Amino acid sequence: MKRFFHKLFGGFYMFTESVGMSIANITQNRLRSFLTILGIMIGVTAVIALITTVSGVSTSISDSFTSMGAGTMTVSVTGNDMQAGLTSANLDEIAALDHITGVTPSVSATVSVARGDAYESDITLAGKNDYYFITAPDAVARGRTFNPLDMDTMARVCLIDTDIVDEFFYGVDPVGQNLYISNLSITVVGVLSDTSDESISEMVSGSSSGILAPYTTVLKLNNETLVTSITVYIDDADASDTVQTTLGAYLDALFSYEDDTYEITTMDSIQETMDSMLSMMSALLGGIASISLIVGGIGIMNMMLTSVTERTVEIGLKKAIGAEPSQIQIQFLIEAFLLSMIGGVMGVVLGIALSAILCQVMGTTFTISTSAIALGVGFSAAVGILFGWSPARKASNLSPIDALRRM
Amino acid sequence: MSNDYEVFFRMRDIIKKYQLGEEEATILKGICLDIEEGEYLSVLGPSGSGKSTLMNIIGCLDKPTSGEYILHGSLIDDLDEKELAQIRSREVGFIFQNSQMLPKLDAMKNVELPLIYAGVRPRERARRAEEMLVKVGLADRIHHKPNMLSGGQQQRVAIARALVTRPTLLLADEPTGALDQHTGSQIMDLFQELNDDGHTIIMITHDLKVARHARRVVNIIDGELTEAEEVTFA
Repeated sequence: MKRFFHKLFGGFYMFTESVGMSIANITQNRLRSFLTILGIMIGVTAVIALITTVSGVSTSISDSFTSMGAGTMTVSVTGNDMQAGLTSANLDEIAALDHITGVTPSVSATVSVARGDAYESDITLAGKNDYYFITAPDAVARGRTFNPLDMDTMARVCLIDTDIVDEFFYGVDPVGQNLYISNLSITVVGVLSDTSDESISEMVSGSSSGILAPYTTVLKLNNETLVTSITVYIDDADASDTVQTTLGAYLDALFSYEDDTYEITTMDSIQETMDSMLSMMSALLGGIASISLIVGGIGIMNMMLTSVTERTVEIGLKKAIGAEPSQIQIQFLIEAFLLSMIGGVMGVVLGIALSAILCQVMGTTFTISTSAIALGVGFSAAVGILFGWSPARKASNLSPIDALRRM
Repeated sequence: MSNDYEVFFRMRDIIKKYQLGEEEATILKGICLDIEEGEYLSVLGPSGSGKSTLMNIIGCLDKPTSGEYILHGSLIDDLDEKELAQIRSREVGFIFQNSQMLPKLDAMKNVELPLIYAGVRPRERARRAEEMLVKVGLADRIHHKPNMLSGGQQQRVAIARALVTRPTLLLADEPTGALDQHTGSQIMDLFQELNDDGHTIIMITHDLKVARHARRVVNIIDGELTEAEEVTFA
């Protein structure tokens, strides 16, 4: 028992001494140690900055989902042979269902636009109804929005954004002027505001566009009568499941209970997809950044191997005065570990600072991710031991005779 | 490793061969040597005689190709690296030609070094190291670094380092080789004092004048050992 404790404490004293000697060695070769540490530091900085920034972006996206997307669901309708979409009457009926405050159809057409000498093809014309302007009250900067009458009469009116204004109405007040959209003369009744952010649902469906017209007008341009995609607005986000059921029942009845005639997508499911995409991206970027950690590890290995060669005499002497191979090995391992850990800790600090700045610049929420810190520190510790192992082994296997012969 | 043999120091038919390329060179050709506790022995030989190889084997840095070597009751022949290190730690105090102090450490830490590997407690370590430095006459140089010490003082630190583990055997390889005559003879006086205190000393040298400080001299020539006449005028 006494022998065991003697051994245990002896090992402990040896360990603390080794830490001291390692620190002395690291500070002795300041420049070399710094350059070696730099490799690990850059690696850890990159890992932490990337993971934290991506997680900041994903937090911001979730936030905007909750603020804008909650309480809406999109329905895409393929219909059946009898009716391959929804009529205006159907839209009114859906809007009248419980908990549903309104419905906006998503219709678009690719058109050419001309006025005088100016001509532009391949412009997306988006069809909206009057309810859209209730959900986006700031959408129009000047002029008027669409009203129910525009819908019913397929009115030849449109709203344009400032890009279109600059292109077709330079120096002219566009309101009241005409544009030729796919050879139809259409009157501009208002200008969209610059600040009107696209809603997330538009971003997802890719229907952002510089020109808006009543959806009935756009349908007519496309020679269609039916809407195949709508956004449904709900008064209570918690009622999402109920609405999904009643809406499903309505659509089932409409399409004779045939399979695969429609699909209801809630914002929750979109958000889930988005989240998994972002975490995949974060893993991918973290993986790329960790390559630099491995390169840093090779730097440590290189320095330790050089150090073993330089300290051959010292190692031989220590062995001659009674150091066991394992004691020499531990000392070199501690040195590699310390080098790596110093780099790791510096990398964590720098990484947090860098990601704070990045989040500031990108306007996303900055949160310190403990898992990223643990990952950075853990990784650098592992790198130190992994890449310090073989040089330490080399040192411990040096023959004391060969080492002392160099004296 | 118990004291299996009731023998202090015995070498029988020690042969050491080295592979030099295609050829095999026999450096030690059957060395037999007995030493008793408290002896002061010189191994005298020219360079290339095999005396360094013999020192390595005596000091448990190397193992013989064949033959039997018992040090303080332990049979050295079939020990592994780790056990050899433990024997060195316990039984052998090395003094090299160049003192080989670690340049970053002060005298005290250099002397403490063998005790660190032996697992001695810090306070005990400091006490014993200081005691040894006082003993070799460096009481006022305890916290000097090697570059602040003269060659003779460095060699005294090395002697203190060799003594600090209370080894069975002090093994000195040309201990005065790098010193001027005056300093060298001071070191020799110190060796004599240590021997008078009961330390067993083996000194390897090529210098007859140095060798004569020992009570007993053996010659090594071409890998073979011959006893020289008793030296009475130490």
